[in-house]
Amino acid sequence: MSLLRLEQVQKAFGGNAVIRGVDLEIGAGEMVCLIGASGSGKSTLLRLMNLLEPVDDGRIWLEGVDISEPGLDPQPIRQRIGIVFQQYNLFPHMTAVENVLLAPRRVRGQSREQARPSAEALFSRFGLADRMEHYPDQLSGGQQQRVAIIRALAMQPQIMLFDEITSALDPELVGEVLDVLRSLRDEGMTMVLATHEMAFAREVADRVCFLDGGRIVEMGPPEQVLGHPREARTRAFLSRVL
Amino acid sequence: MTQTRRQIFEARQRRRASTIAAASTAGVLLALIVLIPMAPGWEAVKRSFFNPEVFARTFPGLLEAFLLDVAIFAWCAPLIAALGLLVALLRDLRSPALYPLRLAAVVYTDIFRGLPVILVIYLIGFGIPGLGLPRPWNSPYLWGSLALILVYAAYVAEVIRSGIESVHDSQRAAALSLGLSQSDTMRYVILPQALRRVVPANMNLFIALQKDVALLSFIGPVEIFRQAGVYKSLLANFTPYVGAALIFLAITIPATRYADHLMNRERRRRT
Ligand SMILES: Nc1ncnc2c1ncn2[C@@H]1O[C@H](COP(=O)(O)OP(=O)(O)OP(=O)(O)O)[C@@H](O)[C@H]1O
Ligand SMILES: [Mg+2]
Repeated sequence: MSLLRLEQVQKAFGGNAVIRGVDLEIGAGEMVCLIGASGSGKSTLLRLMNLLEPVDDGRIWLEGVDISEPGLDPQPIRQRIGIVFQQYNLFPHMTAVENVLLAPRRVRGQSREQARPSAEALFSRFGLADRMEHYPDQLSGGQQQRVAIIRALAMQPQIMLFDEITSALDPELVGEVLDVLRSLRDEGMTMVLATHEMAFAREVADRVCFLDGGRIVEMGPPEQVLGHPREARTRAFLSRVL
Repeated sequence: MTQTRRQIFEARQRRRASTIAAASTAGVLLALIVLIPMAPGWEAVKRSFFNPEVFARTFPGLLEAFLLDVAIFAWCAPLIAALGLLVALLRDLRSPALYPLRLAAVVYTDIFRGLPVILVIYLIGFGIPGLGLPRPWNSPYLWGSLALILVYAAYVAEVIRSGIESVHDSQRAAALSLGLSQSDTMRYVILPQALRRVVPANMNLFIALQKDVALLSFIGPVEIFRQAGVYKSLLANFTPYVGAALIFLAITIPATRYADHLMNRERRRRT
């Protein structure tokens, strides 16, 4: 059974249909990359998956449970699906480690002492042990983005969503963030990744989905979608970005 | 350290500018000093407003009366902060069951921001004791303070709400995506950032409050403004009012400067 399954998911913003019937299955341990032009709906699709936006129509199943049911409390679902944003969105009034400890403390009800060891382990694992007590504005973009990833991981989610997490970074900082993703992949984390980094998608993705006009136009292994696309629209997109 | 050509140029420009500023200020002051005494009523004004003997005699009493202003300010300020915060949060409620509270908060801020402070002080300060309540419930201190609290909390609530709205929505999204509840998101993520941003604006409100405490004199308490009035009648001289003005300025000017400093720092930080 797939971990997350989308079935004819639709979403409109004030009459503007942004997601027009997306079907997608994500298996445990899989890494799926979403590619597509700006405005094709990648961010919206990710936000629908962890219920930051309510689904208009269609269904989303998490381990066989319909989480798109209108009126369902989204809070427990969001704890199981982490998301990292393009602009990091760290809380600027808290140090890096406080950013990470906030959810374990307030949502899980853990004490600072209980939550701290696993947070520290994550900081060391991603090379930030000496940056824990820094405020976000004292960190580089790459460091901030790694803290944002740690913050999401601290809730031990079953799935991680990444929304163009390297797009706001200076080129020389992209590598350190992609390394984090590689490490998570090796660990078997289930991930959905909206990205413009085609070379990276090709290297790590199990599957690539090409999104256009709110629909998945083409989906398959990276060698096929990125190497030998079948659809004319995919070819046109790739010729523009490569 | 040797200076660059630009630094030398800018230093010369600065010297030139301060020379001109000093000269023109001196000119204006000289004109005032020469011209004002030439006004026909100057001698009379000097006697009744700037009388050194009266000043020396009344200033200690004014200072003492000012302590009452400070005391009223001191017990109003925390209550204003608390009520303002509460009203700001009520206006943010989304649950339909709590709609009456939200509506009440809106009506409250509209009413108290729409009335002159002195009118509220009269209505509450004379109106409620007029009900014939027993001591201490007929005290003008009590009801006058309540009037100030109600008016100023309405302004503080609006300022805090603008601060809440200035926090970018992505902060809320980040907090919710971690599984935080709406109220924890407000309490730990939105509010701390919002309150920090509105410190200068709130400081300006509290400076205004410090001045408006004097309005309570109209319903009874012998604070500095009323004390100055007493001296004026006693000595048939207006100098006590000048003394009171100096005491207010000694507090409000440094406080205003400090608020401006905070405001500038906040603006620099955000750009
Ligand atoms: N909250 C919103 N309200 C209204 N319209 C929105 C909202 N969020 C997204 N949209 C619209 O939905 C469309 C898809 O946006 P989305 O951000 O999902 O695209 P994207 O593929 O992530 O693009 P990009 O590569 O630029 O990030 C756009 O036309 C956008 O204007
Ligand atoms: Mg996007």
